[in-house]
Amino acid sequence: MTFNMLIAILAAAISTGTPILFVALGEIIAEKSGVQNLGLEGMMLVGAVTGFIVGASSLNLFMAILAAALGGGVLALLHSYVTITLKANQVVSGLALTIFGTGLSGYLGKPYVGMPAPVKFDSVAIPFLSEIPVVGPVFFNHNVLVYFSYALVFLLWFFVYRTNFGLNLRATGENPGAADSLGVNVFALRYVYTIFGGMLAGVGGAYLSLASAPSWVENMSGGRGWIAIALVIFAIWNPARAIFGAYLFGGVEALGYRLQAIGVTASPFILNMMPYLLTIGVLILVTISSRTKHIGEPESLGIPYDREER
Amino acid sequence: MDVKKERKTKIVFEKRLQVPTWINLVVPIVSVFFALVFSGIFLKLTGQSPLTVYLAMYRSAFGSAYGFSETLVKAIPLMLTSFGVAIAFKMVIWNIGAEGQLLLGALASTGIALAFPDLPRILLIMMMIAAAMIAGGLWALIPGFAKAQWNVNEVITSLMLNYVAINVVDYFVYGPWKDTAGFGFPQTATFSQNAWLPTWGTTRIHFGLIIALVISILLYIVLNRTRWGYEVKVIGESRNVARYSGMSIKKNILLVMLLSGALAGMGGMLEVSGVVHKLDPHLSIGLGYSAIIVAWLSRLNPFVIVIVSMLFGGLINGGFSIQMFGIPAATATMLQGAILFFVLGGDIFARYRIKMIK
Repeated sequence: MTFNMLIAILAAAISTGTPILFVALGEIIAEKSGVQNLGLEGMMLVGAVTGFIVGASSLNLFMAILAAALGGGVLALLHSYVTITLKANQVVSGLALTIFGTGLSGYLGKPYVGMPAPVKFDSVAIPFLSEIPVVGPVFFNHNVLVYFSYALVFLLWFFVYRTNFGLNLRATGENPGAADSLGVNVFALRYVYTIFGGMLAGVGGAYLSLASAPSWVENMSGGRGWIAIALVIFAIWNPARAIFGAYLFGGVEALGYRLQAIGVTASPFILNMMPYLLTIGVLILVTISSRTKHIGEPESLGIPYDREER
Repeated sequence: MDVKKERKTKIVFEKRLQVPTWINLVVPIVSVFFALVFSGIFLKLTGQSPLTVYLAMYRSAFGSAYGFSETLVKAIPLMLTSFGVAIAFKMVIWNIGAEGQLLLGALASTGIALAFPDLPRILLIMMMIAAAMIAGGLWALIPGFAKAQWNVNEVITSLMLNYVAINVVDYFVYGPWKDTAGFGFPQTATFSQNAWLPTWGTTRIHFGLIIALVISILLYIVLNRTRWGYEVKVIGESRNVARYSGMSIKKNILLVMLLSGALAGMGGMLEVSGVVHKLDPHLSIGLGYSAIIVAWLSRLNPFVIVIVSMLFGGLINGGFSIQMFGIPAATATMLQGAILFFVLGGDIFARYRIKMIK
């Protein structure tokens, strides 16, 4: 393997990992508030299709991303209403959301199947930074969404651990009863952060349909929404750690394509399995290692807050 | 959020001490109605007439003897995956991997059918069923073991294995098992007739329907009339109570996953042996995911699952046939998701009484 090829794979790990990163970051924030949303896959698909449709009709990438975020956000609003207000089971609601989103995106996207995206995110090399050896081509020769994700990781980490808002967010997920008695509006915060999570899932989906493979293909997320959920656990609910996990998964996926391209004789089906097997393996390892340390998972994750039962 | 302050009418949720039986019937029906309205909005927005679409679906699923027979054909494997999902859910083990377990069952029984084409019919079919149950059960045991041993989130592991299973099936039908006389299509050769389940008259309804009905009775007895069924129920309601009374949670997680996967695996066998008579990549049509909805909607009751599977079989069947009018089959998936959503939301009326206070 040549040096240039290694650089190319590292760069590909980032661009392939970024959609999962967006989705995982959103889910981290939602779960920090105590709401688990297993509907990521559905929200990604709806984001991918709305982003594609609005991009194709407005020819404006900004509008496309906005629409994708809106699409994901509206689905997350449904999840919020059912789980926060109606206090229904979060696992089942998330599954319902994934099934609904898969169907809705397939329905909406049907006329667009096979059509190349008229507008798409192209790589923009950042002047000077992209000329640094190794670092430049790996980190600074990507599309705008990748740069946005760098900033987002830092902003979310800062928000969660260094601001009062972040303190309230964490309190809501750890001990909603105590947060409530201190005047934090638990219900409102859970709504806001769950919807925010859905918006990022939508953006992650649009990354697929407007940057990775600029087109709409039914079910194009291919399980990335679920991988993102595993990634949240891997990141022990810390936005800063999510970036490593996302690039690791991106790297494995990218490696699969490269190996096929240079004619490695492994079956493509075995290579296709790798990200999913990796997810299972990593999840098992992380669960075993964090079991004794008791870290990361918000105390009230998955439990609807009921004032009468605090 | 708190716009409504004092002096206005306030809506209060009051917990019900007992759930009246009529509510368990009314809530799902009303929920399905709202799901139809909700999905209808999307149909309307894209220029379709919801009523026309629904009527077309209904007609092709239930409007004729042929249509209904095809609906039953779709319902058979769905019953099996739903039984499997329901047992796991009963113990609050989220087995989302019925899709993959079904595929592995289909794969294993295909292997038997291709290897022993000349065995007597009954023997061959029994062997195919056994192979399918073992393969599906073992596939489900992977997330089951990780859950029992290390408490690894089974939602993700069982779901990830669905994608792995699809690739395993693809590997075989594109590779070693590809029919050399199949004009390049990725599929196995057609099984010898000894591996076909008997069908009823001229329809495609096969013996699997009888098997599914028998299993529903057995399952009801196991869950409601045996000690083990009682353990599953107690563990599902409270892990702590179960632990204090000396029940082994680990052992039961393994058993439940094994059985859950075995049933889904058998569903895969029934489909290849009863309907398609070969293995191809189109076997994965989301029956494992629909099973989640069917099981939840049926409140995990095996008899209700049989009925609801027929309705969902109709939904899937109707979804395929509306493609003729240029309406995507995804419409049926959308409806299924919406139904689960509204049923879940509607459950609040079962758990709470809603009052207006002045």
